[in-house]
Amino acid sequence: MGLLEGKKLLVTGVLTDSSIAFHAARLAQDEGAEVVLSSFGRQMKLTQAFAKRLPVEAPVVELDATSQENLDGLADAIRAEGFDRLDGVVHSIGFAPQSVMGGNFLTGTWEDVATALHVSTFSYKSIAVAARELMTDGGAVVGLTFDAQFAWPVYDWMGVAKAGLESANRYLARDLGPEGIRCNLVSAGPIRTTAAKSIPGFATMEDAWPTRAPLGWDQTTAEPAARAVCALLSDWFPATTGEIVHVDGGVHAMGQ
Amino acid sequence: MANTDQEILEGLAEIVAEETGLDKADVLLEKSFTDDLDIDSLSMMTIVTHAEDKFGVRIPDEEVKNLATVGDAVSFIKGAQD
Repeated sequence: MGLLEGKKLLVTGVLTDSSIAFHAARLAQDEGAEVVLSSFGRQMKLTQAFAKRLPVEAPVVELDATSQENLDGLADAIRAEGFDRLDGVVHSIGFAPQSVMGGNFLTGTWEDVATALHVSTFSYKSIAVAARELMTDGGAVVGLTFDAQFAWPVYDWMGVAKAGLESANRYLARDLGPEGIRCNLVSAGPIRTTAAKSIPGFATMEDAWPTRAPLGWDQTTAEPAARAVCALLSDWFPATTGEIVHVDGGVHAMGQ
Repeated sequence: MANTDQEILEGLAEIVAEETGLDKADVLLEKSFTDDLDIDSLSMMTIVTHAEDKFGVRIPDEEVKNLATVGDAVSFIKGAQD
């Protein structure tokens, strides 16, 4: 029996097969889960193309994480795809305008920072709340962060957004815990996803990682992070919430 | 199954037209994806992905930046099929 046998999951953030979310969806299906994806706007066609490359083609529902209309309609859109409930949600959504990354910490405007926080931080709460009515039997929300304890080269306001996400995860755990919904984050090391490659100067963040990691680190595979996502979605972390699981080769635990 | 250059051009033109709303007749070998057809990185990813499905090839990310013109893409797909 698979780790996620019989689970029904919403996986956001599949853009291509380099996305962490794509591999989480693939592994979840391999482990017995039924998966519905979400995407929006111009990204929709790309997500639909990659939905066909999963072991089982997954339906894709429209969800702009900043659209209240989309959020209000999410549960019905998922029901329309034949899902009567959800057991888990993967939040793999983040965006910051280039003007607030790449060394632009001091010059980024509030308007652009607000966009980063809306898409990358607030949406974690928004999507969990939108999916809540389908999570009638408890469940798991899993998000993706990049270690926000530190200031990184070029990450700038996206790093601040991730710090907010890590805090929001604790509050979400507090407020959804009584409903049996666990909320946890995977803090992955740098992976060459489409999102990562859009960060100006991303190479400066990834270069030293393999040598600093006691276990070593391969930036070309999302498999370890995706496995951790699936583990947190499973029944094998029944009493864990508000947690951040580091999947970074051990870098977070090292000094200089 | 291998396609002729003309078949690849026609198939690619259909994909580009579907993504961008351009006329298929405007998708010519010498056209630059960015300068002539005004295709941004998201559209290019979508076009590449649909081309992979249509022609049964893989176009690695690191190769995509070398595909400046429609002709470059046709040549790459032809080479990958052979």
